[in-house]
Amino acid sequence: MTLHRLRSERFRDSADEALSDAELQANLAKLRGNFLARRARARDSLPEFDALVDEAVGIKNHVLDHLDTYLVAFEEAVEASGGTVHWARDDAEARRVVLQICRDAGASTVTKGKTMVSEEIGLNDWLDEAGIEAVETDLGEYIVQLAGETPSHIIAPAIHKNRRQISALFNHHHKNLPDREADDLDGLLADARQMLRGRFLAADVGITGANFLIAETGQTVIVTNEGNGDLTQLLSGVHVVLAGIEKIVPTLEDASTLLRLLARSATGQDMTSYTTFSAGPRRHDDHDGPDSFHVVLVDNGRTGLLGGPNRDLLRCIRCGCCLNACPVYAKVGGHAYGSPYSGPVGAALTPSLAGLASTSHLPNASSLCGRCEEVCPMRIPLPGILRRLRNEEAERGASPPVMRTGLQLWSVIAARPWIYRVLTSLTTRLLAAMGRRRGHLPRLPLTRAWTRTRDLASPAGATFQSRWKAGERP
Amino acid sequence: MSDARHAILSRIREASLPGRERDATARLRRHRRNLQPECARSSDAELIDVFVRKAEAVQASVVRVAGLEDVPPEVSRYLRHRNLPAHVAVAPHDDLESMDWAAMTITAERRKPLDSDHCGVNRAFCAVAESGTLIMTSGPDSPSTMNFLPETHIAVLKESDIVGAAEDVWDRLRASGRASAGSLPRTVNMITGVSRTGDIEQTIQTGVHGPRHLHIVLVKET
Amino acid sequence: MSEPRPRVALLVTCLVDLFRPSVGFAAVRLLEDAGCDVEVPAQSCCGQPAYNSGERHLAMKVARTMLDALEPYDYVVAPSGSCTGMVTRHYPALFEGTRDEERARALARRTFELTRFLVEIRGVTTTGSRFDGMVTWHDSCSCLREAGTREAPRTLLRTVEGTVLKEAGDREVCCGFGGTFAVKYPAISTAMAEDKAARLEETGADTVLSADLGCLLNIAGVLRRQGSPMKVRHVAEVLADDTAGPAIGEPDP
Repeated sequence: MTLHRLRSERFRDSADEALSDAELQANLAKLRGNFLARRARARDSLPEFDALVDEAVGIKNHVLDHLDTYLVAFEEAVEASGGTVHWARDDAEARRVVLQICRDAGASTVTKGKTMVSEEIGLNDWLDEAGIEAVETDLGEYIVQLAGETPSHIIAPAIHKNRRQISALFNHHHKNLPDREADDLDGLLADARQMLRGRFLAADVGITGANFLIAETGQTVIVTNEGNGDLTQLLSGVHVVLAGIEKIVPTLEDASTLLRLLARSATGQDMTSYTTFSAGPRRHDDHDGPDSFHVVLVDNGRTGLLGGPNRDLLRCIRCGCCLNACPVYAKVGGHAYGSPYSGPVGAALTPSLAGLASTSHLPNASSLCGRCEEVCPMRIPLPGILRRLRNEEAERGASPPVMRTGLQLWSVIAARPWIYRVLTSLTTRLLAAMGRRRGHLPRLPLTRAWTRTRDLASPAGATFQSRWKAGERP
Repeated sequence: MSDARHAILSRIREASLPGRERDATARLRRHRRNLQPECARSSDAELIDVFVRKAEAVQASVVRVAGLEDVPPEVSRYLRHRNLPAHVAVAPHDDLESMDWAAMTITAERRKPLDSDHCGVNRAFCAVAESGTLIMTSGPDSPSTMNFLPETHIAVLKESDIVGAAEDVWDRLRASGRASAGSLPRTVNMITGVSRTGDIEQTIQTGVHGPRHLHIVLVKET
Repeated sequence: MSEPRPRVALLVTCLVDLFRPSVGFAAVRLLEDAGCDVEVPAQSCCGQPAYNSGERHLAMKVARTMLDALEPYDYVVAPSGSCTGMVTRHYPALFEGTRDEERARALARRTFELTRFLVEIRGVTTTGSRFDGMVTWHDSCSCLREAGTREAPRTLLRTVEGTVLKEAGDREVCCGFGGTFAVKYPAISTAMAEDKAARLEETGADTVLSADLGCLLNIAGVLRRQGSPMKVRHVAEVLADDTAGPAIGEPDP
């Protein structure tokens, strides 16, 4: 399987570009504490939050234990409602399935609600090549699509852009509308509403993702605040749901438990404005709704995780909470990761799905501060997974040789305390002499990675252990 | 296509641990509730107040009236108050059809909404106090587009239809024989406040695609 | 009736050993004042750099040396949340399934970060020290999320004569040190440290204190490079009244 437009190899360069982009830094700074503070308030106002997390983790683990059973039950229930289930082993198969559905419908325009699987499989580019126009309708997704970019955050796709950049985009692309000032937020919104309303009404096929698939009823569930996912599925003749196979939950009761955590973790809301349960095509006496209903169950690497040590990642409900908590994400933004999935979960999921060969920066570019694990409503041990991926890289002998040699040398010394004591005692005294006058060391070739951007305090003199051994006491 | 199905299911079975439950499908029939937080367990006396408070907290407006016959006057008052034309699309629901709209000089068209409609009125299946959420189910008496197309959405809700928890909704659906595959409404909408977005600089803006205004007329009569 | 004095091994930590021996001596004094017999068994590094770099077998070699050295004591105390977390959280994981698993678990149960040990195990309410000025506190990620140290240092600092504690914004956000991360991705690490330094400076405090020398070297590195007047010290120095010497990264007077 592959992930579309995977550019994680470039991580270091992309991160450097992001760090030197003053406008991006200002935009990202607004993320600081915003989502997370609202999440904290939502969590604090629900005393049972942690207990619900335990239950939710239990539900997800149970599903992963019985994924085949529930997928088959879900399929039966969808068919009983008059819908069709398609299975796709990888991205290519998923693209082919969707294209075929669009062709069968004679579609020329497709509207889309937010779907991360679509980003994974690169659906828009593919449909475009086939002469079918795909229009993103979530406001953030619409903005990044106009800009020819990909989303930089799971739940806030255009978080890297400010109003000035967005109004410039709208002024450029909305030819039949008057130009807007950057501070006319209401005007920008009205323009998007008007442009996209026309798109909804004209669409032949509507594609959405799914936050949950309910095995009991065959319903697909989407969670949105804008209502775009609803107009997408209600106003076009064909509703296609793209979903990873791990989105299954057994019952409506189980979905209710997870819903209590999803919006609180994502945006700090009790519930998002719209939570929509869709089952099959419109009934014969319905006034609206699609004439046909298709669910595409996408594997694309997920079964590979199922039997392995990183299986916990399949519990992820894509709330984006770990991105909001991540100090690395806050500095480099989502695009630096070069994957549809960014932030801590992206750093863990991308190599797990696509392999480490071209993604090895991602698990390494973390201070392992642990804040992501602390806030994750699915208790995914993200730092542990990142560390395990580093381990996998080291075992394949793929980690950077300089770092490896250094650590080997250090470990040989550190495993023999007396060698360690003699060597360090000499070295620190030498370094202390070099740095005493200024308090920090001169920029030595070996310390360059540190001293290019920071001073390195010099050792104070002899090591503690040598002084202690010499009988010195406080 | 069936190749893919077979391959995916085989991969799952290869990866699955021995010792798992033989028949997990039993869970699908039990409908066992998980932990119900305190906020989902309002007493009957509190249900209405909790619902109103929660709905208002997400920018819905709520007005309580004594009976169904009071709905058109309230809608009329609301439209005048908001300076909107006295022209509404009304869902073809029995409760709404039997109302005397003309007496209030409201033009009420009983049909699904059009893009040009400013205001739509429909009847809620029920509501959840826990989160101030309206439950709308699609059917011949309730086009789902009524919840999304008009900029102003007026929902008529009976007090006796307010339940404590989301799980109570599923019980109601099951009791009405509409919760199994094949009998489900095509669309069940849980609506908690108005359409909103934070996609421009995380500034909350309302009415992005769906309604900018949600007005709930809460009817006492049972 | 007086309890027997516990035998405590000081886990010096390699950073204290190499860069800041004064922190080691301060820790010994604080522990002795708290009624402990302190010993310093020959030791080196806890193995965390290798562990976090995915070099599990290297980490295990180093960790086993520590396990042998630290095992015979009632308690192991480290002036660092990070090394404490390595022993309490990661040794059990590292040795899982080996013959040393139970030893690692036992060691984990007896190992504590210094300030938490003083307050929660030894019941210390004040160290009776004096330090003039406004200080702010940097919570290291390992103190917060691995070593269980959050309130203990604050409790003690509030009793230091002449000291006012002013809390900084974004207290739970990492300073960007992250061990080898700091040198593998120096640009990101420094950007994080600059954000952290900005939050600390916003307090108007003249000194920042923390329980982890790694964070302090990183924060001092940025503050010194920026020419900031803010001083950087390990909390043990302040609690043990040993602040006569230069702060971290400052020249000898």
